[in-house]
Amino acid sequence: MGAKVITVTSGKGGVGKTTTAANLGVALARLGKKVTLVDADIGLRNLDVVMGLENRIVYDLVDVVEGRCKLRQAMIKHKQFDDLYLIPAAQTRDKSAVSPSDMIELADKLRDEFDFILFDSPAGIERGFRNAVAAADEVLIVTNPEVSAVRDADRIIGLLEAENKGPGQLILNRVKMDMIRRGDMLSAEDVTDILAIRLIGIVPEDETVIPASNSGVPVTLNENSRAGVAFRNIARRLTGETVPFMQLDESSGGFFNRLAQWFAGGQNNRNS
Amino acid sequence: MSGFFDRFLNRGKEQSSAKSAKERLQFVLIHDRINLPPERLQQMKEEILAVISKYVDVAAEDVDIALEQRERNRNMLIAEIPFSKSRKVEDSAGAAADNTNAHTASATDDQHDTRAESPEDEAASDDETTDKPASQ
Repeated sequence: MGAKVITVTSGKGGVGKTTTAANLGVALARLGKKVTLVDADIGLRNLDVVMGLENRIVYDLVDVVEGRCKLRQAMIKHKQFDDLYLIPAAQTRDKSAVSPSDMIELADKLRDEFDFILFDSPAGIERGFRNAVAAADEVLIVTNPEVSAVRDADRIIGLLEAENKGPGQLILNRVKMDMIRRGDMLSAEDVTDILAIRLIGIVPEDETVIPASNSGVPVTLNENSRAGVAFRNIARRLTGETVPFMQLDESSGGFFNRLAQWFAGGQNNRNS
Repeated sequence: MSGFFDRFLNRGKEQSSAKSAKERLQFVLIHDRINLPPERLQQMKEEILAVISKYVDVAAEDVDIALEQRERNRNMLIAEIPFSKSRKVEDSAGAAADNTNAHTASATDDQHDTRAESPEDEAASDDETTDKPASQ
């Protein structure tokens, strides 16, 4: 069986694409899957630091594409998981150094050996985005409950549909339940109403995420992190498992809290 | 818990920022998706009305032309263009001219040659000749 190629993209920058890609990679590896992460953000290499692998880079994606090294030589093995690899982006080149057909070729070389190949897309809708989605069997669109991020996500969905890659599935990142309850943040239901695509994950805003990237250990590996649980749930959904959406309420979760959530509409997601 | 009361306290005030975010997004995205900014849509509406008005009298104040999203890829232009209740009749130009601006219900109900607009009117007027078969 061939690997499933999944691209993580967003349109807008800073919504958590790289964090999502890193965490899904680790979470899938934890489930015993063979995974390769590809940093397709050429010129703005980041997945390596988030994964804590920046010191091991010798060759990069552009070296592979331009034939300066074998594919295997550019694949960095994760410290903790033997079946998790990273192909880093080149830092000193730009998006035009690779083409969509290069990415399809790369993915095809890896398909037989792996269960999942995850591409981390750059922000934007230009060449870098096209490269990142070229090989995708499935696209995950990361967005935040904010007007600018949702609008950009919609644009991305439109582009994916135009390339017959759509509509993709949505990851709503940085959700703050208390703000939703106050009516100060779009709920998951609001966002799926607006975008009309399937939701695959809701990730709460979580103060453990930044320390995790500070130390290069994705938050998925932190058992106490709520964001980590959310990423692990998405990974399980990617393997075909049905996992209910987690309760995002931070407090005790008693009757009144549930009632309050019900009024806020935040947990009534019709896609859950 | 506090959120629960916040909801109630906010009820009476202006609408929540999340609600306006949703409405604003829905408005802007429908225009984004078909690549037709609101200004151009307005222009188009005026042109459509100008063309239709060449052939029939339109109740301009009741016209509703708007973009609507059914599903992600089913955006449509929904136009509700009621005819003016008084119709210009060639052989009674004087009477028609008097009625052109009469839009009140009482003024038009008496006219048998008025093209019925609402379904009840169609059903009520037996002598009405419509191109739609009357539901029996």
